[in-house]
Amino acid sequence: MTREEIRQAVVDIIEELAPDEDVSNLDNAVRIREQIELDSMDFLDIIMELRKQYSVQVPEDDYPKLGTLDGCMDYLEPLMKDK
Amino acid sequence: MFNKKRIVITGVGLTAPNGNNLEEFRKNILDKKSGVVNFETRHLGEVHAGVCNFDTSKHQKKKELRRGTRAGSISIYCANEAVQDANLDLSEMDTTRIGVYVGTTEHGNVETENEVHNMSLFDNDTKFWSHHHNPRTVSNNPAGEVTLNMKIHGPHYCIGAACAAGNLGVVQGYQQLLLDEIDVAICGGVSEVIHTFGIFIAFKNQTALAHHEDPTKASRPFDRDRNGIVCSEGGCLFTLETLEHAEKRGAKIYAEIVGHFTNSDAKDFVLPDGDRQALCMEGALKNASLQPEDIDIVNTHATSTPMGDVQEIAAVKKVFGERDGLYVNNTKSYIGHCMGAAGTLELAGNLPSFDDGIVHCTINCDNIDPNCEYKNLVLDEHVKVDNIKYLLCNSFGMLGINSTLIVKKYEK
Repeated sequence: MTREEIRQAVVDIIEELAPDEDVSNLDNAVRIREQIELDSMDFLDIIMELRKQYSVQVPEDDYPKLGTLDGCMDYLEPLMKDK
Repeated sequence: MFNKKRIVITGVGLTAPNGNNLEEFRKNILDKKSGVVNFETRHLGEVHAGVCNFDTSKHQKKKELRRGTRAGSISIYCANEAVQDANLDLSEMDTTRIGVYVGTTEHGNVETENEVHNMSLFDNDTKFWSHHHNPRTVSNNPAGEVTLNMKIHGPHYCIGAACAAGNLGVVQGYQQLLLDEIDVAICGGVSEVIHTFGIFIAFKNQTALAHHEDPTKASRPFDRDRNGIVCSEGGCLFTLETLEHAEKRGAKIYAEIVGHFTNSDAKDFVLPDGDRQALCMEGALKNASLQPEDIDIVNTHATSTPMGDVQEIAAVKKVFGERDGLYVNNTKSYIGHCMGAAGTLELAGNLPSFDDGIVHCTINCDNIDPNCEYKNLVLDEHVKVDNIKYLLCNSFGMLGINSTLIVKKYEK
């Protein structure tokens, strides 16, 4: 997957988790939880869906790296490039 | 000192397999319309069930729906509908003085089964077990979801009392009002049971699950050929207030709660005890300072099981005898067994009788079981009755819990 495809994959997961929110204009550089109503339990759902849909394992210590879409792309690119 | 307060029902919020508000529910009962359909359940395949089709988005955001449970969603719908019906404006109320008491037959089976199933799809890797499992399965979940949704800050909890739970939700609200712990109770019962395969399979293996080629005829209390329970989902929550509180704000009053009683068989895990049921009804009459001849309608609990229906008819006969002016009916014949919601939904189904003067009949009893024959049973045809004043509702449950509620037509 390309960076842009990874971004879309994460946004698709967020859209599913936060169906009342507009996710069409999320800023890649700003923390996701500052842009839409997303709490820590929702964040754990993102990790769960990456695990289920893409078999990506994210160790707990790395969770903070997924706070922004830029962070997601940086972190997931090497893990999802062959997906 | 508690008895000086009169407690009244001022709002009704419900979803039943055949109606999503009291007007629709009553109309479908009077039209003899069953809400039982065929329903696919995991592992067992097609079963009969009462399925609700209320609009989940009416009072709940999509995210709340995703995060919560079916029992929570049913509770939220019913609580909002009841509060609206009662014309209560929560923004103008002290929300610390509102209590939410929801009766449930069971809670957590649906979520647990789903998680076990989900984890099995991933080679039982525990990493795939949802972190939402605990907040979804704690016993207070349905009542708690109501407080989250409606921003209510008073007490909330669930009352686990098998199929007597709906009545006991009402009793809890009633007692908390008498104790002056709250100004308004949102109380009653809910059921999400059709979403757990375990309950269907357990009833089937107990030889107590109904089957009939026509699902609408599967729930048939007192019929000679009845063969078990139809499991249903649903919910019915009332708003209760003291009469003083209700009159002060000019509220519409459906009925006054005048008596209740609860007891235990202490006899068997599943089999009912008619003698103890009779004592329960007598206890409620005494609690209400009434005589058997004061009661106009007895709404039976009868679930369409061979033994349970016989036991209850014997108990009702023992307490009330046979006399003109007594009408004994059954509401499960329309909606199946709504478990935790059964008590309040069935009470709600009868409440309009105070105004329309109609006692709804028991449907689907094509051939009366000789062991259930009773002159006062209302079968096949509704009955028009003048001046219905007292309604008695039975709700009994596993582990031998019996509950009876008596409500009275409101009079100043």
